[in-house]
Amino acid sequence: MNAETPSMAACPACVALPDKGKLLPKLDPGEVAMRRIELSLPTVHCAACIAAVERRLGHRPDVFGARVNLTLKRVSITAADLPEIEDALIETLDSLGYPARPLDSAVLAKSESEKAGRDLLARLGVAGFAMMNVMLLSISVWAGAEGYTRDLMHWISAAIALPAIAFSGFPFYKSAWGALRRGRLNMDVPISLAILLAGGVSLFETAEGGDHAYFDAALSLTFFLLIGRYLDYKTRAAARSAASELAALEVQKARRVGENGEELVPLDALREGDIVAVSPGERLPADGVVSWGDSELDPSMLTGETLPQAVGKGAVVRAGMLNISGPLKIRAEAVGEETLLKQITRLVETAESTRNKYTSLAEKAAAIYAPAVHLLSLVAFLGWGFATGDWRLAVNIAAAVLIITCPCALGLAVPAVLSAASGRLFAQGVLLKDGVSLERLAEIDFVVIDKTGTLTTGKPALVNESDISLQDRSVASALARHSAHPLSKAIAAAFPSDLEIEDIREHPGFGASGVLNGIPVRLGRADWCGAQAGDQTAVWLRIGEAAPVAFLFEDQLRPEAAKTIAALKNAGLKVHLLSGDARGAVAHMAREAGIDDWTAKATPAEKVEMLTALAAQGHKVLMVGDGLNDAAALAAAHVSISPASAVDASRSSADMIIINDDLREIVKSHKIAVASKRRIIENFSIAAIYNLISVPLALAGFATPLMAALAMSTSSITVSLNSMRIGRMK
Amino acid sequence: MNILAVLIPVSLILGGIGLFAFFWSIKNNQYDDPKGNAERILSDRYDDSPDGD
Repeated sequence: MNAETPSMAACPACVALPDKGKLLPKLDPGEVAMRRIELSLPTVHCAACIAAVERRLGHRPDVFGARVNLTLKRVSITAADLPEIEDALIETLDSLGYPARPLDSAVLAKSESEKAGRDLLARLGVAGFAMMNVMLLSISVWAGAEGYTRDLMHWISAAIALPAIAFSGFPFYKSAWGALRRGRLNMDVPISLAILLAGGVSLFETAEGGDHAYFDAALSLTFFLLIGRYLDYKTRAAARSAASELAALEVQKARRVGENGEELVPLDALREGDIVAVSPGERLPADGVVSWGDSELDPSMLTGETLPQAVGKGAVVRAGMLNISGPLKIRAEAVGEETLLKQITRLVETAESTRNKYTSLAEKAAAIYAPAVHLLSLVAFLGWGFATGDWRLAVNIAAAVLIITCPCALGLAVPAVLSAASGRLFAQGVLLKDGVSLERLAEIDFVVIDKTGTLTTGKPALVNESDISLQDRSVASALARHSAHPLSKAIAAAFPSDLEIEDIREHPGFGASGVLNGIPVRLGRADWCGAQAGDQTAVWLRIGEAAPVAFLFEDQLRPEAAKTIAALKNAGLKVHLLSGDARGAVAHMAREAGIDDWTAKATPAEKVEMLTALAAQGHKVLMVGDGLNDAAALAAAHVSISPASAVDASRSSADMIIINDDLREIVKSHKIAVASKRRIIENFSIAAIYNLISVPLALAGFATPLMAALAMSTSSITVSLNSMRIGRMK
Repeated sequence: MNILAVLIPVSLILGGIGLFAFFWSIKNNQYDDPKGNAERILSDRYDDSPDGD
């Protein structure tokens, strides 16, 4: 951990105050405006990371405070409100080895959701306190206290329990009331009824000096269910923060060339006919025609094709393509709604709206459970009432039935599993946008995977090294050393060379030329070096009048790709490669990765069609993809995963994101999802078994408060322990 | 049984103190970063702002 690495100063204030660590005087907090900045730090994981990040940021003169939150993998910084401060901070963190991403602090401001969490925690605390005290008092009653002592215990219990259930149970009452008003039954209706009925009946019994009071049951019910509610909140808060992290996209801007030079304008201010400047390394902001310059464009994010396209004046280009080599000026032809980019966005929206609504396991369980419990308790009430004519006894038994069947375990079953599983996934490097995706993932039987950037690294590597002579290698490397072109960089890195070439000149869009021992040398595009362009990505080297030599590049399979595919097949899933690239490249990669079925040259719309067709055949499809051309398919699939390197559109339409960019996480996540679903079903079964034993007893009128307390605690504890096992899976 | 008249209030007061301490800890952001707190204790640097601000 090198905490003292000097960083590149990127903001005017830092140039004025070069960053030299502690020696610098801090800016006076009284003099400058301050701002709170939140950055996402996906790679922090230990005490040393925390110390390194906080210390390094603390050394900056424009930072007044930095605090890492390891749970959310985030740092919150109080800094001087200077222009570009965010970029400067990100650069500092990057230089320290922690890639950082800006978060939209407006969205993340200590908000409603955080207040909701504290609120739940407070209610949970009150319920726990009251439960334990009432439990203690109840022990004397269960032990056989009688007469005045018992009544005294009941009265004290009532004094503690009634305010506590009024306060702690509030979230349930609110949700139940909301459901009832819309004429529906949800899980909270039987819960609220049980709590209130238990409280009411117990109060009545206490006043009458009766034997049984269920105060402790009402409280432990509230307590256990609040634990479930809190876990549920935690999972959803983590998912929401993941989603907001993804929503905090960089604002899309374009550099418009006007009469007074270039100006940065938002994308939607662009009009047809405007001239836009695009530097190498930038994405084209609009569809249009090249009006000036020569370059090569990388269309892989847009179409999946890996072969760069050479473009010159008059060429038609598409928004979203990456400019590789030379600066370009483009006359915008279609802007806003008409660009290919927007058409893809529309496809995504349509796909999202047609995705069928998924009924989660919890909803299915509630749909069976809620009516059954009410019916049982009503039957008990009427049965005992008419049979014995003792309506007080009937109410007592009906309350006992409600309490005993009440879904402590049921309320915990799903949230406990989902919170354990999503915590496990997050630690492993997978972001889950919502818990239901986990259930969807458990059901898949088919995997459709994209090629460029998903199955492959998306970064071309040299493949014909052995065909190139040593001399050619060192000449090429010497020429390439001075260029920022990605292929040049790859050549320079592959062959270190100390050859000196004179008069090196860059020809944007074409390559580089120089003079070696009086002979002109060139490295660049095929046509510029006098060669015939082939069907593979290549850089050509020409020495004097000799025949040009090709440096062939190919997109490489990710190292873990073949293993991942094999593991997916082992798990009984069908795998299909779906790409927009040319047939040859797709067939080759499919063979290397061990995939038997593949489709090439698929447009974004065809990708969606294929997924819809598979869904119509009854397949539950997992889509894995990263490009713009996959975004709609990701939204249309049963469940979808994107690597973190994906474009924004894909990341926001995928259900899960692999942060650590390792495809094997797909297999692991699938395993965890299947295990989670099994645990949820096991938990439901455990709850059902407890009910099968205790409900007949309650119906028969044998249930005592002690039995209710035992059944409730043991079932909740068994279910929680069973759920925890997810975190311990190998 | 007269001892109950003392013991019950005592137990309630003790529980109440615990509950109050819990509320105080919620208010002081002590549940915002459980993982960070677990790691921070390993660092020998003095934690200047344990309440997260």
